[in-house]
This record gives sequence, structure tokens and C-alpha cells, in this order.
Amino acid sequence: MNKHLLSINDVSADDIVRILDTAESLREVGTRVIKKVPALRGRTVVNLFYENSTRTRISFELAAKRLSADVINFTTSGTSVAKGESLKDTALTLQAMGADAIVIRHSSSGAPYTLTKWVHGSVLNAGDGTHEHPTQALLDLYTIREKLGRFEGLRVAIIGDVIHSRVARSLSFGLVKMGAEVTLVGPPTLIPPEAPQWGVGVSHDIDGALPKLDVCYLLRVQRERQRQQYFPSVREYSRLFGLTRERVGMLPEGCVIMHPGPMNRGVEIDSDVADLPQALMEEQVTNGIAIRMALLYLLLGSSGEEVSPDARTDARARA
Amino acid sequence: MPERMPEHEPERTLIKGVRVVDPAGGRDETADVLVDDGRIALVGAVSSPKGASVLDAEGLVLAPGLVDLHAHLREPGREDKETIETGSRAAAAGGFTAVAAMANTDPVADNPAVIVEVRGQAARAGLCDVLPVGAITKGLGGEEMAAIGEMAEIGVRIFSDDGRTVPSARTLRNALQYARAFDAVIAEHCEEPSLVEGSQMHEGYASYTLGLAASPAEAEEIVVFRDLSLARLTGGRLHLCHLSAAGSVELVRQAKAAGLRVTAEVTPHHLTFTDDDLSSYDTNFKMNPPLRTAEDRATLRAALADGTIDVVATDHAPHAVEEKDAEFDQAPPGTIGFETALAAVLTHLVEPGLLSLPRAIEAMSTTPARLLGASDQGGPIEPGRVANLVLFDPAAEWVVEPPFVSKSRNSAFIGSTLRGRVVHTLYRGELVVADGKPQR
Amino acid sequence: MGAGRLLDEGEIRRSVIRIAHEILERNRGAESLMLVGIAARGDDLARRLAAEIERIEGTSPPVGVLDITFYRDDIGLHAEAPEVHETRIEGDITGRTVVLVDDVLYTGRTIRAAMDALVDFGRPTAIQLAVLVDRGHRELPIRADFVGKNLPTRRDEDVRVALRELDGQDAVFVEPARAGAPETTGDRS
Repeated sequence: MNKHLLSINDVSADDIVRILDTAESLREVGTRVIKKVPALRGRTVVNLFYENSTRTRISFELAAKRLSADVINFTTSGTSVAKGESLKDTALTLQAMGADAIVIRHSSSGAPYTLTKWVHGSVLNAGDGTHEHPTQALLDLYTIREKLGRFEGLRVAIIGDVIHSRVARSLSFGLVKMGAEVTLVGPPTLIPPEAPQWGVGVSHDIDGALPKLDVCYLLRVQRERQRQQYFPSVREYSRLFGLTRERVGMLPEGCVIMHPGPMNRGVEIDSDVADLPQALMEEQVTNGIAIRMALLYLLLGSSGEEVSPDARTDARARA
Repeated sequence: MPERMPEHEPERTLIKGVRVVDPAGGRDETADVLVDDGRIALVGAVSSPKGASVLDAEGLVLAPGLVDLHAHLREPGREDKETIETGSRAAAAGGFTAVAAMANTDPVADNPAVIVEVRGQAARAGLCDVLPVGAITKGLGGEEMAAIGEMAEIGVRIFSDDGRTVPSARTLRNALQYARAFDAVIAEHCEEPSLVEGSQMHEGYASYTLGLAASPAEAEEIVVFRDLSLARLTGGRLHLCHLSAAGSVELVRQAKAAGLRVTAEVTPHHLTFTDDDLSSYDTNFKMNPPLRTAEDRATLRAALADGTIDVVATDHAPHAVEEKDAEFDQAPPGTIGFETALAAVLTHLVEPGLLSLPRAIEAMSTTPARLLGASDQGGPIEPGRVANLVLFDPAAEWVVEPPFVSKSRNSAFIGSTLRGRVVHTLYRGELVVADGKPQR
Repeated sequence: MGAGRLLDEGEIRRSVIRIAHEILERNRGAESLMLVGIAARGDDLARRLAAEIERIEGTSPPVGVLDITFYRDDIGLHAEAPEVHETRIEGDITGRTVVLVDDVLYTGRTIRAAMDALVDFGRPTAIQLAVLVDRGHRELPIRADFVGKNLPTRRDEDVRVALRELDGQDAVFVEPARAGAPETTGDRS
């Protein structure tokens, strides 16, 4: 595996299987009395969160702590980040503190790439602007594999504000890489015209798409988008593209419902739909910790040298 | 002519056995060139010149000094990024003997006083001619016309609000019409503001994959169409800055065919790079107008070759290190260009046979000199004319790396291997750059 | 020792039977025992021992599997993070005698890691160690309580255990160490 995880395209299909398998083993740690293993003892993981996200940050924090790493939180409020220190200066400070890994969430697309220029440690993208959110995609893939057991030929619809969604990008790329059939659904103003070049289908008719699905994945649609005139009103959006109670009835048996959170209940998803048994949002959150543990382990558990195919075989043989 | 106390006897320099490429003089042949006291003395076979220093010119090409129609020298106002002196020196290092300095300084060059100030600084540096461009509107505000007539009176030939597009068609129409009285050129930076709000790059597959806010080629084409229509309406002289889109080229082609007085320019970076080059979020590739697709680049190259695009201009845009060393959406757009312009054109157009060398020199020296009304520039290389010359090695291969002669180092070409290097630059007969190094 | 097969199917079978008897003798029966195999081949061996114990005593002690990857002392030293396997320990180990089971005992580092892992699960009354092969070259003060076979080897040799469940046959081989393989190849045990 690469030294950094900036995009889902940094990992191959084989790498993804490895990450999911490793997460499987790590999930067991969460069931022990002592929910800790010493694998990353003595390492320092920094959470550099320029965007507020308590949920993701805690997920990463727990993941690092369960691997016995030390955790430092740099969040927007109350630190030099708020005082307007440049990203570069913050990075150099963290470097001087000996950060082995930096988990960064930032509102500028590409910020993690820029960060790799200034630090020696591993950089993990926890969401950059509207570009990617690879750890979310991986925990979604893990959840899908756990519930449905496969990816090849799986029919997945990603519904909502695709243009502004980093989750949609990472998940689409990841699913296509694993052999699933992905369709993006939403109004034309929210779906990039170039999307088919990603290997996905596009549809503006949610009712036509629902009956042929294995996974119904909903994206958050911010009310802000109505102010920016991507659609005329929230009510119209919800009526034409929202997953309402009635629409759930159109989903085939065994189809699961997923959402990266936080949900805008009443916009992209009806409130009581979110609480149905086939809605996997809670599982997604739980799996998030195991996936993040797996990533921290795989990134920091390697020396970062170039891997030859023979070395890879050796590594497997040694275990 | 700047006043200069000669330190010694009038200088005589002999350039022996060099390939002289001089589109204005219709010349492309090997010859000797003797420079005496700031002027070209002899061109032909020159034997045993008395007291002349001989410049070794084996394998080199001699051309009229390059003329840049579009550069940002940042002085007055942002001397931290570049000054007229450091910019002149960088220009000379790139083989330029004249540079048109855009008006978006602080204060804006919208009146004769700023023009005179800029000229004064340039004369004090004495490294190349700096011809200031006047603003079209006061303070670049887009509403009231700047003192176009007064600036034209003191010799300003080109007016531009570059950095901004003139928002109102009526204002642009009036400027085009008014400028006719002085046979001046209105140069437009074409982008539709409502389509480029928040934009970081060209809108297309690359921008969707990178998750960056972007603007389509139509943002430029819409304004190109508007401006050409107004040029037709007014009969005025229009110059289109840094074209980036295939659609714009097509509009210009039609306009020229219809006899409109329009000229167009393209930058070396638009001739070299595409939006795919942004994949690492390197801010040195963030420009305005943005780098577009490979198809756009191919169209721009072909248009330069067939003359639809008249001129290569650098749009030299220095920025402070800390401004560019930041998140992509925080960084200002632009790349420096003086020191890599000629090499980029040689490497990507002349070498592959898309553009002949004389045509490249025409686009980088002869034509811009004519548009600027700079009679001492652009050739022909003939006895009596002021010696503004560049000698370059078309085969020298080099990797672009800091440090640069420019005060700034935001170059899109860092890491690129280019072929073609400026060896000597003669400004008014003085060897301001020798063996690739500025002499002062 | 030259290259070749050191133990065949029969010898392995007899070793397992003898170790099972020794475990029972030492612990006076199977009560309060738990067998924990160290992934991956220790797991299969532990299950064979449990089956043998059941044949002898009529009851089988619980069998767990322990992956010690997260407790290794060489994480971050190799180009790739070591691969992880399943851990499954059912029930409380506190108050039990845990018999760790592995195929080859070499430097002792694996066993050190296994003991660190075990104590995170609870407080066993005692930890004992059963191995199929002890090849010497200890780097830590660790010894096995129950040994199938003592096989002196050279450091530049590899001992490879093949088990029916995983490899299709039962045998123990000695081979020259793989050329270019990191020195730590053998360090695992």
C-alpha cells in the first residue's frame, strides 16, 4: 500500500480486499474486555480537522487509541488554526512534534495533497472539499460486503447532490473498481455531465431506478443548494427525488438503505425511513472505527519502502 | 533613449557566423552582424573589425529581441512579488528587449502620472524597454473611461483592464469607438463573471474528478463573441488576451475572415499544459484563464501556426511564495513566464514542426512590436537600427528549476525539460545578458 | 541438517498423541484447561490436540485461536504491514490454564507476543506452551513445556511445517533460507 491515503484511487481492488479483511479482524478487538492492542504503541496520530465533524473525528480518535497510538486533536476552535496560521506552518509544527500520521479534514479540495509536501508522516484524507472521502467509501464497502457478501454485479444507486459530494466520488470509484454497477440519480443540475466517464450510469428518474436495486445510497442535500438555485424548492426536491415511505415499498426484497450522515430528515429521506431495519446507518458508524483502525494499522505498520511483488509474497508467507 | 554616461569607448560587438532569423527583414541566413554604439552597423560578411569584442555564436540563432505584449510587473503596489527592475532583468534573461506592463497595479495605470512613473523606473533599470499599458476604465472599476486620450498623447498604444473583463457592453463599445481617434488598441481579458465565480480551473472531466469548482470554456467564448460584435459595430481595434478555448479561436477566425481589425494572443503555458496537469493540486498550474483540454491546446497550437493567433505573450504573473504555497483554492492564479517563454515555444511547436522558426520569431517579436508601436523593436536587423537582439541556442536542453531571475518562483514549468536557451541579450547594443546570466 | 523432510505423517501423529497425554498428566486432567492455537498452523494443531484429549478423557477443552500480529515487535520494520488473521477466544480465560499451541518454536518472539495478547483477555492461572518442533536459537528466555520433536537447525535454514488442513499433507521440512528474504523470515517463531 502507498504511504498515504488521499483518494480511493490510491488503493487497488486487492488492497481494498486486504483493508476489509484487516478491518474484520480488528472489529473483534472492540468486543474484548480490553479494547486495545499494542500494534501502534509509541506512534503519534494527529487529527487535523479544519471542518467541524465530531463524529468522524471521534471515530479516528477511537481507532488510533485502540491501536495504542497517542492522539493529538487540532480542531478549528481554540487553536492556532482559528487564529489564521497557514496550513503550511501548522503542518511544520506537527512535523516538529513527531506526528507519524496526520488525519486531515479540510474544506479545500486537494489540501491533503498539499500537506504531503510538508510532512514526512502518512497523510490520511478524512474528507477534502468536494473531492474525496476515501475512509467513508471503505467503511461503506465493508458494510455492503458484510450484509450482501459481494460486489460483482451489485446494483447500487447513489441518489442526491453528487456534484458537491466527496462521498459520492469516492464511493463511485470504489464500487466500480470492485465490479459493481453504479447509477447516479438526481436532478441534472446536481449530476456532473462527465459522470459516465467514471464508468457509472446516470438517471433523473428515481422511480425507474428503485425497483432494480441492491443498495440504495442517499446523499445529504443541503438546503443551501436551493438558495444557490440548483433546484426550485426543497419541497419539490423531496417530492421528486426523496426516499419517501412510499418509495421504500418500491425497493426489492433484501435491498439495503445507506446514508453517510448526517441526515437531512424530510429532504433526501423521510424521517421514519431512516429507522427501518434495512437502513444500515448505525452499522456504517460502527464499521467506521474498524476500517479506520485497519487503515492506521496498514499505513503505519509498514516501513514505507517500495514494495516489490516478491516482498509482498514474503510478507504473506511470514505470517 | 535613456541618458547613460558611457564608461568607455563606444562598444563594438561582432557576432560571427550566426543564423540570422529576421521575419521583418525577410531574412533567414547565416551572416556576421556588427553592433556599434548601440546600433546595428553591418550585416553580411564582416572581416577584421577594429577593437570589437567577438561574441562566439556557433550553433546560435540571432533574432530581433523578443517583445512581450502582456506582462505583470507588479510595481507600483506589490513590489514584494516583482519590481520593474527585477522584472526587466527576468525579461532580459528570457531574451526580451521590450515588455508591455499591464495596468492592474496599485495605483492603477489609468492616468499619465502612473505611466510616466513606470517608464521612469524602467529607464533607471535600463535592462529592457517597458511600455506601460493604460487601463480602459478608471481604477479598473468597469464604469468610467480612464484618461485614454491623455495617455495616448504620451505614447500609450494599448489599453486593457486585464485581470478583469469590462462588464458593460456599452462601456466597451464606447472605449472601442473613442480609441479610434488615437488608433489605439483595446485589449480584453474575456471571461463572463457570473460563470467564473469561485472557479479554480476548467470545467470538465478533470475538474469533476478533482472536486474543484470550475468554469466552462463558454465563459470565455461568450465574451469573445460580445467583444467581436462590438469591434464590428465600432470599427475599432480589438486585441484578445490569452485565448484558451477552441471556440474562441473559431470566432476569431470568422472575424478575421470578415475583415475585422482584431488580433489575438496565446500564452506559452496554454500552448504547453492541459487541465490534466492539475491532478496533483500544484498551485503553479492554477491560472486565469485556466488550462483547458488537450483538444483546446491542439487548436491553439494550430491557430498560432496558421496566423489566426498573431502573438505569443507570457502573461508573466509573479506571486509571493507564501501565497502560492497554500491550499489550491486559496492560491492566486498565474505563472511567471519570461524565462521559459521562448524555450516552451521552441520545444512544443518549432521542434515538432508545427511552427517554423521565423514564424515563431514573428509571433514573439515582430508582430507584438508593431502592435505596441515600438519602432526600435521587432527588427528588421539592418544597419542603422537600434541593436535590440537576442542570441539563443535552439538545441540546449535544460530542466527548469528555481532559482529564477524573477523575484518570484511560481513557474508552471518547474520540473519540465525544455530545449532552447537564451545565451546573449543585447539591449540597445549593451550585453545585458551574457552566457545566460544577467550582467547587472 | 541437510535439506529434506524431517518428520513424516506418522511421526507427527505420534507426537500429537504423546503431547496430549503429557498435557493431561501435567495438569491432572482436562478440567480448567483451554487450548489456544497461534494462527495459523497452531490453530489446526490445537484442534487435533483437543480431539485427542477428547478421545482419552471423554471431554474436550475449549479451543481458541489467537492472531498475534498486533503484538509483534517488528511492526513498521517491513515494507508491508504484516497480514492479520482471526482471533477467537470464547469464554473467560481468567482462572483457567491456557496451553498455547504453535507449530515451530524458534526465537521465542511469537510466544512473547502471544502471552502479551493473552493477558489482555484476562488473568489465566497458568500459561503453558506446546510446540510440534523446537528448532533452538532462542532470543528470549522462553521454553516449551511440551515438545513434539527437538530439531537442531542452522540459522540459515528454514523449518516448514505442512499440515493436512492447510497444505494437504502432514510433514516437516528443512530448507535453505530463501535467497534475498529478510533476515527476520525465521524470527517469527
